Amino acid sequence: MKNKAAYFGVFTALALIFSYVEMLIPIQFGVPGIKLGLANLMIVIMLYKSGPKDALLLSVVRIVLSGFLFGNLFAIIYSLAGGILSLAVMALLKKRGTFSVMGVSIAGGVCHNIGQLVVAMAVVETYRVGYYLPVLLIAGTVTGMLIGIVSNEVLKRIRRLNLQN
Amino acid sequence: MKKNDFILIGIILVLAVSFIGYHFLKGKDESAEVVITVDGKAYGTYDLAADQTININGTNTLVIQDGQADMKDADCPDKLCVHQKAISRDGESIICLPNKIVVTIEGGKKSELDAVAK
Repeated sequence: MKNKAAYFGVFTALALIFSYVEMLIPIQFGVPGIKLGLANLMIVIMLYKSGPKDALLLSVVRIVLSGFLFGNLFAIIYSLAGGILSLAVMALLKKRGTFSVMGVSIAGGVCHNIGQLVVAMAVVETYRVGYYLPVLLIAGTVTGMLIGIVSNEVLKRIRRLNLQN
Repeated sequence: MKKNDFILIGIILVLAVSFIGYHFLKGKDESAEVVITVDGKAYGTYDLAADQTININGTNTLVIQDGQADMKDADCPDKLCVHQKAISRDGESIICLPNKIVVTIEGGKKSELDAVAK
């Protein structure tokens, strides 16, 4: 695929913009850290269009860039933990083939939250953070579902786009 | 959506609900204590029943009132801990990540029996 670098650039730019847009939406759920995970949309699409390797690269590039642009080092560490765990689980579920985009996306959303929670536990050195687990589980399911619906629609429409070598 | 997707959602929801149920069943304890730790080290223990205002390291202000602990002010830019709800049940916590402050309710130490024996 000749234009792969160009497509990768577009995907990275979109993921970055989604990170920014998400930051602009001021929603408070009473629990820190709950957000839609719009950038995950690009990761899911990349995972299905290309493969886990490219999705991992996109995820890491997106997190590091958005971390330096809009956040701080802590934000990068949290996001990396969540992003990598989430991607690993999504790649596994996708490989098994018994889940649709929806299931893969939900698992990704939930695991993203779990990864961040684990880092939060290590940082504040208390298991008490686990109190947020149920809220984060439900939030991850809901956001994962929304992202799954959108991913499914986008994937249907860009079926002709081929990013595999 | 495949069948497995629904099974996945079901498992996650059951997990979440059972966690919530566990926390609610533990219930409210009148003789609970507010334990504050900064950077993993103990900072202080306060009585949840007594109304008071605690200044934590000059960065955060915790107010205990009507059996509830609430973070009223913080010097961090995101103010996530200030936006969190007041806590009162055993195991609940308010966490301020920028200042590494954890405020937790602990109700297990003082049981009602001890209070009667006194």
